[in-house]
Amino acid sequence: MNKRVTRGDRIFQWCINIIAIVICAVTIYPLLYVLAASLSEPIKILSGDVVLWPIGANVNSYRRVFASADILSGYKNTIIYSTSGTVLNLILTICAAYPLSMPDLKGKNFVTFLITFTMFFSGGMIPSYLNIRSLGMLDSVWAVLLPGAINATNMLIMRNYFTNSIPGELREAASIDGCSPFRTMLEIILPLSKSILIVITLYYFVGHWNSYFDAMMYLRKREMMPLQVLLRQILIMSQMGDMAETYGVDDANTLLLYESLKYAIIVISAVPLLVIYPLIQKFFEKGIMMGSIKG
Amino acid sequence: MNWKRAWKKSLTKYWQLYLLLIPVVAYYIIFKYVPMAGAQIAFRNFKFNKGIWGSPWIGLKNFDRFFSSSQSFTMIWNTLAIGFLSIIFCFPFPIILALLINEIKSNRFKNTVKTITYAPHFVSTIVVVGMMTAMCSPSTGVINTIMLKLGIWKEPLYLMGRAQYFRPMYIISAIWKDCGWNAIIFISALAAIDVSLYEAAEVDGANRWQQLIKITLPSIIPTIVIMLILESGKVLNVGFEKAYAMQNDLNLSVSEVISTYTYKIGLEKMDYDYATAIGLFNSVVSFAMLMIVNFISKRVSETSLF
Repeated sequence: MNKRVTRGDRIFQWCINIIAIVICAVTIYPLLYVLAASLSEPIKILSGDVVLWPIGANVNSYRRVFASADILSGYKNTIIYSTSGTVLNLILTICAAYPLSMPDLKGKNFVTFLITFTMFFSGGMIPSYLNIRSLGMLDSVWAVLLPGAINATNMLIMRNYFTNSIPGELREAASIDGCSPFRTMLEIILPLSKSILIVITLYYFVGHWNSYFDAMMYLRKREMMPLQVLLRQILIMSQMGDMAETYGVDDANTLLLYESLKYAIIVISAVPLLVIYPLIQKFFEKGIMMGSIKG
Repeated sequence: MNWKRAWKKSLTKYWQLYLLLIPVVAYYIIFKYVPMAGAQIAFRNFKFNKGIWGSPWIGLKNFDRFFSSSQSFTMIWNTLAIGFLSIIFCFPFPIILALLINEIKSNRFKNTVKTITYAPHFVSTIVVVGMMTAMCSPSTGVINTIMLKLGIWKEPLYLMGRAQYFRPMYIISAIWKDCGWNAIIFISALAAIDVSLYEAAEVDGANRWQQLIKITLPSIIPTIVIMLILESGKVLNVGFEKAYAMQNDLNLSVSEVISTYTYKIGLEKMDYDYATAIGLFNSVVSFAMLMIVNFISKRVSETSLF
């Protein structure tokens, strides 16, 4: 088709591109700043000299972070909780999504209602806490893994994918060939659903990696804490520095120590996810689209 | 009996799938519905030795106590303020961003913009708050340094420690974190628009701006309405994680929301039944609001969740 590009259209395009560049710059600046600060001399951060590039570039704060037993154990805990939690999430989500995607499974509507109702109404924070407590799960890994073992939204996304993107004839053909529903799922349906499985895996993993509330509420032992909880404690300490005037606290050395540590911990806690997501970005739109279909 | 035969047929054909559903149903009962039943302690004087089902009933006493306390009004107001400000300011940005990304012609540039704007979503709440605290520090923060150098501010502002800045900071950081991510749903809705509409418009001599207003925007109105309904259900459910992480002694007058208060009353002061009552009030009102907005939308625009 012969397109006439008018002058107005060209100006329009330029405006769009310039606004997009400005938005990107504003979005990415805080991340770059933290990276620069983590590589700078702490004293230069405190004096406000670091703006975009590291000053006095060195990796001392990273060395200090990786020398801290506390932080290493937090990092290890985060990795353990995130991976085992995600595996559990995936298994249970498939266990729910696949049967509920069967058009002629009796009782399907009831179970779907049971699940979706919890999206809009819940017992609340305290009854959940008392429940975990009475189950004897306080201070155990289960308290971090089990309360969020299935996310209803993710389950619906997966079910919608099974219903809408995989032709029903495939299942029928498998069933005629004598393939049981369970084998059909393992050998035919799941291999065809790679894209949605990847998206859901990422959603769950991000949720585990970044959460602090469950751990804060259900865990007491310091050696069980995930990184986010430790990070929060360090950030509170460093905020004390800000309030020094208000509280009359003045301990320059402690302040300097926290200042140098906090940026490095922020970077090491955020980098894994920031490296992974661009690799699977093209699946996001599909995943979110699936979740928005009514059914 | 017809239904009996249908069930029998379904059970023989799908017995394996029913087995798969057992752990799922068990999970929902143990971790969702048991706590829901446990919420009854809002109406009881909870004693540990008597348990949830054995503690004596006290009727609406806990609710009376909440509504007659001096803090209840402030907390409900704080929660509503953040909730409504979030809808007003955080809701439109993802739509605008999606429209903008949709207008970018170069695919490579488009994907770069997407990658960059999605990034903050993957940063945890704790890190966002930590970054804000560090960058906005009055003595050492880069924001103050820049603003003072440019002469926009005359003196350093303590953005994280003054009550009047709490809401703006909450909203701005929320926009930063999730604007790109929340745009995805609109981006995918935009991708589904029929291209022939634009071709027809071009033949009729419509310019890019006119196409945007007359074709693109109306096509995603249903998606916008659905998202707005979902958002309205969250007005009272201001996330605990962020409000709690941003809270300090200096901004408590505006940062204390229902969920943070519930946490303190319940888990720090161990006043379980009172805290449950506050949480239950919150859940019931949120649920009612979602239903009302959904009902209105069904009537007015014929778009609804259910």
